[in-house]
Amino acid sequence: MNRQRLRLGERAIESAIFAGGVAAIVIVGLIMFFLFREGLPLFGNTSAAGFFFGKKWQPSSEPPQFGLLPNLWGSFLVTLGAAVIAVPLGVGTAVYIRYIAPRRLAGFLKGFVELMGAVPSVAVGFVGAVALSPLIKDFLHLDTGKSAIVGSVLLAFLAIPTITTIAEDAMSMVPKEYFQGSVALGATYWQTIYRVLIPAARPGIVAAIMLGLGRAIGETMVVIMVTGNAGLLPDHGVWHAFTHSVRTITGTIGAEALEVAQGEPHYQALFMLGVVLLLITVAFNSLAVTALGRTRRTART
Amino acid sequence: MKKIWILGLAASLLTSMVACTGSSEAPSGSDKPSGGTSGAAEKSSLTVKGSDTMVQLAQVWAEEFKKVHPEIDVQVTGGGSTTGIAALLNKSTDIASASRALKAEEANKAKEAGIEPKEHTVAQDALSIVVNPTNPIKELTLAQLKDIYTGKVKNWKDLGGADMAIVANGRESSSGTYGFFLEHVLNKEPFATEVLTSPATNQIVENVAQDKGGVGYVGLGYVNDKVRAVPIKKDAASPAVHGDAKTVLDGSYSLARPLFVYTAGEATGAAKTFIDWILGADGQAVVEKLGFVPVKK
Amino acid sequence: MSLVLAHNKRDSRILAQKLAFAAVALIAAAVVIPILGLFGFIAFQGASKVNWDFLTKNPSALDASGGIFPAIIGTAWLIVFTILLAMPLGVIGAVYLTEYGGRSKLVTLVRAAIVNLAGVPSIVHGLFGLGCFVFFVGGSIDRIILRTSKPVWGQPCLLWGACTLAVVILPIVIKSTEEALAAVPKSFREGSQALGATKWETIRRIILPAALPEILTGAVLGIGRATGETAPVMLTCAASFKPTLPQGLGDQAMLLPYHLYFVVTQVPNAKMDTKSAIALVLISFVAASSIVVILLRSKFKKARKW
Repeated sequence: MNRQRLRLGERAIESAIFAGGVAAIVIVGLIMFFLFREGLPLFGNTSAAGFFFGKKWQPSSEPPQFGLLPNLWGSFLVTLGAAVIAVPLGVGTAVYIRYIAPRRLAGFLKGFVELMGAVPSVAVGFVGAVALSPLIKDFLHLDTGKSAIVGSVLLAFLAIPTITTIAEDAMSMVPKEYFQGSVALGATYWQTIYRVLIPAARPGIVAAIMLGLGRAIGETMVVIMVTGNAGLLPDHGVWHAFTHSVRTITGTIGAEALEVAQGEPHYQALFMLGVVLLLITVAFNSLAVTALGRTRRTART
Repeated sequence: MKKIWILGLAASLLTSMVACTGSSEAPSGSDKPSGGTSGAAEKSSLTVKGSDTMVQLAQVWAEEFKKVHPEIDVQVTGGGSTTGIAALLNKSTDIASASRALKAEEANKAKEAGIEPKEHTVAQDALSIVVNPTNPIKELTLAQLKDIYTGKVKNWKDLGGADMAIVANGRESSSGTYGFFLEHVLNKEPFATEVLTSPATNQIVENVAQDKGGVGYVGLGYVNDKVRAVPIKKDAASPAVHGDAKTVLDGSYSLARPLFVYTAGEATGAAKTFIDWILGADGQAVVEKLGFVPVKK
Repeated sequence: MSLVLAHNKRDSRILAQKLAFAAVALIAAAVVIPILGLFGFIAFQGASKVNWDFLTKNPSALDASGGIFPAIIGTAWLIVFTILLAMPLGVIGAVYLTEYGGRSKLVTLVRAAIVNLAGVPSIVHGLFGLGCFVFFVGGSIDRIILRTSKPVWGQPCLLWGACTLAVVILPIVIKSTEEALAAVPKSFREGSQALGATKWETIRRIILPAALPEILTGAVLGIGRATGETAPVMLTCAASFKPTLPQGLGDQAMLLPYHLYFVVTQVPNAKMDTKSAIALVLISFVAASSIVVILLRSKFKKARKW
């Protein structure tokens, strides 16, 4: 009797734990569900082509225009710029911490990078808007400091902690024998690092970059505060675009979501932007997960 | 296996819902004495939502008002005039502030919802065109302003100014100021895509203060010494008028506009107390202190 | 001759290594120095303003000078409820993964979901919180239970902010708890079960207590993250100006990160020292929690007796 009750209790607890275990899946499902639920009705109000191929984001023109393209382009551009800066800096810092820095300095740097990753983006955006933006404007003689390039620089520094931490992890998983073998064959330490160890950790480094850029493309507060939010398309080349204002997916949602009433087309359009953004980040993450899986396998062999 | 899987999904969904609603019901009874039905309670709360131009004004009103009426809590949120009016119509705010009048479609929506919005003019404003203090431009006509914001003119030299690119700053589309500008300056022609859109008015001022070629439109209360307000000419033949209390009241400034608050039906209870106070000497003193123009008595 | 050549080649290789190391060190410096610059800027501009008054007074409506007391209290409320929601769910999730899941397909799926959840942009969390918690759950409560047309729960408030943030930090909590549980040696489990304890008894009495300190480390990590998040709470909870303290979970509240955003973008004539001081308080808190995590982690690593 007692025993049976015990077993029953155990069963109940197990199902509760199971429920908690799959909660992550449920939540991801709910996020998808609610974004679509609030966003999809847009296509009852305007055409899907008008959204996906629309070149203008002008919610209060008549008729309103909810074009994805300027938003998508802006997000792509600032993330591209962030990648150009963050990949070498982030991976380089990981190399420095893992292989070159004296032990204590390496420990300090790891802590520092972690701390850096915890800095709230709104604080970064604040400093970017009041200090970095005028600085870059004067340096490059721009018309306005509220430009894609400032956004890129700041996003890079938000992506670096992710890139460095995960890349460093991946490097630490490379078996010691690789190092010993290479040095025994007469390679210098540096040759070993960049010909043997970094290539061995490459899938993990790729994953790190993907996750870092995923963070950059999803960042909101920084881009609202420094990119100017003008929905331009690249009509005058990439450098022109970099040195002028852009409107990003996150910036548009962040600046406008508070100001729309539930159920109106503008509200639905913002949720569709959310859907697009989510799909992009899921793609980045899936690439990262695949790459990470490959590192584990290499590390095991 | 499949069954368990679905069961698990359902179970966790349910538990999370129950957890949420369960914990939410408790405080709705005990911790929210002022929520919902404020009726006979002595302490009451008011929410003011809407115009970004007026958000600071409303905040200072709230702060000063509390000194005389400590029993009434006034909470202020921005978001834009459109948002405020929408919130008034779905009853999520007691008072909506707006820097433009109710649109026809909003009036229709109100009728559908069975609400008769009551308009109260609480201040006057001169929509000011601000430029960087180093910009030598002396005056702008409304037509030139339109050319700037529709993207026809891209350099100050084409307007008789220095040779530098124009960086036009505007507001998000839910802003009443945006709506006013669209109607009275652009005649409903769309803004150029090059126009920088700021989520809040003060950011326009900051941008114009930073950029030599910057220009922006802001309420009179936002004009400070970091930027310069440009005199406006109605057309090429008319005199250039500087937006201030005098020119707003005598009607000579082209971009003068009233600032409103709306209530759902006649203001009653705490809302009436608050609006009466705003229209009184103390409330209008705040209007003046923040750089806006008090309403005529 | 060939010896000399070999020697030269070796020299050039050493030189190349020296150059490469210097370049990599420069890269690391290029990461560290701007961040120090950022800290320095905020500290330099804001430190003089951060004092007892600033932490315990209300902001002035005029230019946000004065203090940030309501924002601190609002953030404290929000964090407490976020943790109360996220910790149980996160710990259960981790227990499932380490103790019950085994190597099933479902576990792979759960892990993929966690990685993706961790990668969901914070603004999307905000939209989700707005659509799901505020409008759907809150709106349903108003409509079905309270039968009111005036939104009571169907509008942003602390509860929905906490629910949203709990989703944001859930992956962090699960991951750190999982690591903590995995660090408990197998022999603990075997010993306990050999003595007749059931699996759950083993988990509750042996494994969770052994892993507790490190689970708490995860909680601190979550607190740090939740404190600094702006985008999710901006749509689900934050009030821009509300000097009265929250009375319950149904109230909107001022929050530190949103207050910073609001003051920077919206308040005319806000002084630089006010803005920087808000940023300084925010960063100090987040940095403190982050340092606590680092210290705790190294302490537990050393103190672990097994």
